[in-house]
Amino acid sequence: MLAAFSAVAAGASRRTLAATALGAQRGFAAAVKEADGDTITVEVNPFKAHRIDPPATTVTATKDELLQYFKELYRLRRMEISADMLYKAKQIRGFCHLYDGQEAVIVGMEAALQKTDSVITSYRNHATHVMRGGTVVEVISELMGKVTGASKGKGGSMHMYRREANFFGGQGIVGAQVPLGAGLALAHQYKGDGGVAVAMYGDGAANQGQISESFNMAALWDLPCIFVCENNHYGMGTAEWRSAKSPAYYTRGDYMPGLKVDGMDVLAVKAAFAFAKAHAVAEGPIILEMDTYRYHGHSMSDPGSTYRTRDEISSIRQQRDPIEHIRKLLLDNGLVEPSVIKGIEKEVKKEIDGAIEAAKAAAVPAPEELWASIYKDNLGMSLRGLDSTHMHTYSS
Amino acid sequence: MALAATVRRGLREQMCCGLLTQQLRGLAGSAAAAQSAAVAAAEAAAPSENAAAAGPSVKMNLCTAVNDALHIAMEENSKTLCFGEDVAFGGVFMCSRGLQERYGRDRVFNTPLSEQGIVGFAVGAAAEGYRPVAEIQFADYIFPAFDQITNEAAKYRFRSGGQYDVGGLTIRTPYGAVGHGGHYHSQSPEAFFTHIPGIRVVMPSGPREAKGLLLASIRCPDPVVFFEAKMLYRTAVEQVPEGDFEIPLGKARVAQEGEDITLVGWGQQVRVLELAAWEVAERDGISCEASVHKTGRLLVSHEAPVTSGFGAEVVSTIADRCFWSLEAPPARVCGYDTPFPLVFEPLYLPTVARLTDAIRATVAAK
Repeated sequence: MLAAFSAVAAGASRRTLAATALGAQRGFAAAVKEADGDTITVEVNPFKAHRIDPPATTVTATKDELLQYFKELYRLRRMEISADMLYKAKQIRGFCHLYDGQEAVIVGMEAALQKTDSVITSYRNHATHVMRGGTVVEVISELMGKVTGASKGKGGSMHMYRREANFFGGQGIVGAQVPLGAGLALAHQYKGDGGVAVAMYGDGAANQGQISESFNMAALWDLPCIFVCENNHYGMGTAEWRSAKSPAYYTRGDYMPGLKVDGMDVLAVKAAFAFAKAHAVAEGPIILEMDTYRYHGHSMSDPGSTYRTRDEISSIRQQRDPIEHIRKLLLDNGLVEPSVIKGIEKEVKKEIDGAIEAAKAAAVPAPEELWASIYKDNLGMSLRGLDSTHMHTYSS
Repeated sequence: MALAATVRRGLREQMCCGLLTQQLRGLAGSAAAAQSAAVAAAEAAAPSENAAAAGPSVKMNLCTAVNDALHIAMEENSKTLCFGEDVAFGGVFMCSRGLQERYGRDRVFNTPLSEQGIVGFAVGAAAEGYRPVAEIQFADYIFPAFDQITNEAAKYRFRSGGQYDVGGLTIRTPYGAVGHGGHYHSQSPEAFFTHIPGIRVVMPSGPREAKGLLLASIRCPDPVVFFEAKMLYRTAVEQVPEGDFEIPLGKARVAQEGEDITLVGWGQQVRVLELAAWEVAERDGISCEASVHKTGRLLVSHEAPVTSGFGAEVVSTIADRCFWSLEAPPARVCGYDTPFPLVFEPLYLPTVARLTDAIRATVAAK
């Protein structure tokens, strides 16, 4: 047993990142086919397909769409970088998982879906909340544990929810949200509302057993579910090829079709989601593997540089950054002047700075919130005050 | 089970040391079980422990103590394995630092993020006679593996009529409050596991106990779930015996002798109990001790929610064995019956202030 394991480990160690998908996607520079007025036609990186014919790689986008994507991407980036700074300033405590680098996945997804579709994801959920219509104030406040937070300050970084937009939240346990996503899809099927459920997880979570269980049930019952594997290539500190016998996550549904998508390109992601939604509603579940990258470490305690090289990170930034991709499309095709981009950046910075100030100024939740929202009727409990003569009793 | 102490002096210096050991299953399960907390306390400080303590020692924090024990266990038996999420690099808390370099990739390795798989794999290896030390990165993540622990590991010996066992299995997992861990990085799930016949549950309260009890756990012929107080990994520092050193499972440790009340705790809560004992000794002249037969008064404390916590088992056992000696209703000072909160952690925890209130009330009860 051990000898066999050793041989596998030794074999794996000979692999390099260049052999994985990281090096497989070409950069974003030379993708434009033609520009016609305010509309450009772009050739996105090819999809890899499993048990399905892939969608076309030729997509179009208007100037306004591109400007919108740029603003959304930049807003998410700025928010996450601000969260990093606030964390280092000890304004945010506890666990915090940042999304910078992966923004194109969520922006492209929301460009293709409606808010009547359901979304559930892991703990890396700040951007998901904003793109489901939440505000930056809600995110930063939640990180700071303030009442203005997405979950009244009671959840923290990993737990943002937005019921009115069918965002079923961030979950703290790796992979545990995926069966829930299949359940959300069952509801769409039962109601016959034409909606889909999106169950998002990472390449690390892909090895959890309950994900295979979810695949089976979703496929067995033809549920309108899009399983999204956000493959940022590292499950915490372990590279995908060290933890997965098959890092071709889009094929791991076996009987279930899958697509591998350039997750750093909003346009490719949008096209994949539009395709996947149509398939899921008509035929049943599908896997979308998003080839993406997180610039930060897994969490704030991970510098992100012990299991990968700084060169690797900087080369992704230079060649595949999702924001720079859109910026280039806008500028290189003469769709806008640089001053327009600068204006957006300025506007976003102002919004984020304002959100931080609002979050700082907000109150912490009242003590009785400790035992609210546990059962339907709040528990009646007593809380010790400054000394034993000051007991605060809260009735149920 | 064990107790905090009279501690009239010097407790501040000792506060990080953790005086009380706890092998919880011992209370309800094995031969040692027969000992109630109070009775067991009278037998605490086993001879081997004292003998080892007399030898050379070195200053360590709890993380280093765990690492030291793992090195000894790996060195002495080539069938000892260490694996878990990111364990090859030392683990998220660096407790397994240096193991892979020294013992190789086939004995120390990273696993996929797959808790059920990690424990299932470990149970299989243990059934083949290996000594797997499997790490679950946080105790809050152990629940996907709960079935493997309670149905596979715990019942292996029984259901095979003694043909097989997984005694080589040790599951290490960091537990407890850490200041800002929130719902999924702070829980104390020990009571779920003390309810399982067939496994042992161990929760050291400081570096010395961590080393001695971990070595005992790895060598124990029964499967062990070993909870490490992550808040103490870096903050608790004390003299730890050098080299091989074992603290027997199932024995409580008496921290101090006293007369007025018996305090019982385990893991990092021992540290809080010690501070409370110091405060009531200084301010109220109340001395805390082990035997309920002697004091007639009992307080149990743990971070986990009060209802069905292991404190309930301690109180029940004391009521059974020491009923005629009791002078006051036994007190439990524990976490509230809420999810482990993020921003409300200071309100949730059984703090020194809540403990001293309860000690005073229990001692005053007529």
